[in-house]
Amino acid sequence: MAAAAPQWRNYVKIFSQFPFLTDLRNTMILVVLNAVGAVISNTLVAYGFAKIEWRGRDAIFWVVLATIILPFQVVLIPLFIFYHKLHWIGTLFPLWVPAFFGNAFFIFLLRQFFLSIPNELSYAAKIDGAGELMIYRRIIIPLSGPAIATVVIFAFLRTWNDFIGPLIFLTDAKWYTLSLGAQQIMHNLDPKWDVLLTLGVMMTFPVLIIFFLLQKYFIQGIAMSGIKG
Amino acid sequence: MREGIRNTRNGILFISPWIVGFFVFIAYPILSSFYYSLTRYNVIDAPRFIGLGNYISLILKDSEFQVALANTLYMIFFGTIVITVATIAIAIILNSRNMSGASIFRVVFFIPTLIPLVILCILWVWMLQPQTGLINTVLSYVGIKGPGWLADPKLAKPAFIMMFLWTSGGAVIIYLAGLQDIPVSLYEVASLDGAGFFRRTFFITIPLLSPVILFNVVTYVIGIFQSFAESYIITSGGPNNSTLFYSLYLYQNAFQYFKMGLACAMGWILLIIAAGLIAFLLRMQRRFGYQQ
Repeated sequence: MAAAAPQWRNYVKIFSQFPFLTDLRNTMILVVLNAVGAVISNTLVAYGFAKIEWRGRDAIFWVVLATIILPFQVVLIPLFIFYHKLHWIGTLFPLWVPAFFGNAFFIFLLRQFFLSIPNELSYAAKIDGAGELMIYRRIIIPLSGPAIATVVIFAFLRTWNDFIGPLIFLTDAKWYTLSLGAQQIMHNLDPKWDVLLTLGVMMTFPVLIIFFLLQKYFIQGIAMSGIKG
Repeated sequence: MREGIRNTRNGILFISPWIVGFFVFIAYPILSSFYYSLTRYNVIDAPRFIGLGNYISLILKDSEFQVALANTLYMIFFGTIVITVATIAIAIILNSRNMSGASIFRVVFFIPTLIPLVILCILWVWMLQPQTGLINTVLSYVGIKGPGWLADPKLAKPAFIMMFLWTSGGAVIIYLAGLQDIPVSLYEVASLDGAGFFRRTFFITIPLLSPVILFNVVTYVIGIFQSFAESYIITSGGPNNSTLFYSLYLYQNAFQYFKMGLACAMGWILLIIAAGLIAFLLRMQRRFGYQQ
């Protein structure tokens, strides 16, 4: 194998041989919507499970946990048919709308964090006449920076890496994400290794940067999924 | 009990996004998936009810289904053994106190898990190329003629296990967290009683780690049943169907052959197998494992 001299040209070539900016834009749209949806919906749901005492709460929380092990293949085809009827196939909708309706892992992670915030804070606020929504917004959310950061990181990673979702729900190259776009240009007979590997570096780089900057939250999220699970 | 009623109302209001999501994205699809699994359905024509026909033809007649199931069980059996032993060993080494620079190695083992899945697949195809790939080039330096990994039906699955092992840094992190929960005093007492490294490992570490091992094994098993992108991108199920895994065959049925009913039946069989396996592992844990 002859060692090839490094060619910075590959980073220019990628823009002409691959719709990098379009795919990056689509991926970023999905990342932002998924992160926003995950934070809004899951903090609300986790608050309902952690900070309000109500009958049936723990039983319902078990249902939430049970859905973590549900293989997505079981729901994939009905969802495809459902989105097909809504005319959502070929659009980005199936890839971000569900994020606004809670995710079992994020609910679990945030609930554990909220439980560690002393209830005295909420009681004091209640005596002063604050409602639940006020306590959620003024006390719990400001104290939950680290947990919210973990949710944002994982929402980013999942969206950035997702392959099967875009593969099944997108049909039009103008909405392709980076993951799907990369796979599409990989042909068996002529894999464009220079383009593909350059793309690989460019797709891995943001993840590495986030990892090194926010390592604590990363490890926390992963260790959390195992220890209390 | 006005307080109680108000709390119930507030609680349900706060979790309402999940309730809606549960019915729309989980409960309704599961039930309709079961209905479709009893039909012949190609999306264009209306579903036609055929009873258990899909299940019967999958289990009794469909040789590709049997191959896919056997391949997946191979990955579960050998993959679980190889990856569990290797990741626990790495975690124990990283956790030992006389290991300097452990935090750097921790990062080194974690980095492969940061590579986006599609890129990871592309990278492995590139590295496993028979003539010019990185792995065979390294092997040729020590005088071994590397095989055509992904072209050989006998080696394709081990190559996949190698790849899964390479990306199990998450499991190492979880084991490390588990190891740090084991009280040091136990090891000190055992050392005083003259227990060596192997006895300490097999009589203290492994039993006390068993809930974490169970968690990682369950995660891996679920991951194998769901792993799709790897075989779809790297081998498309080849050579000779040796990497035709469960989810890939399900995908092919649904989106290449448009046998939606059959694919839904595969989804339900998967659900039953996965639930059964997890129940079995939990029972094993309850019988033999350490209870907290």
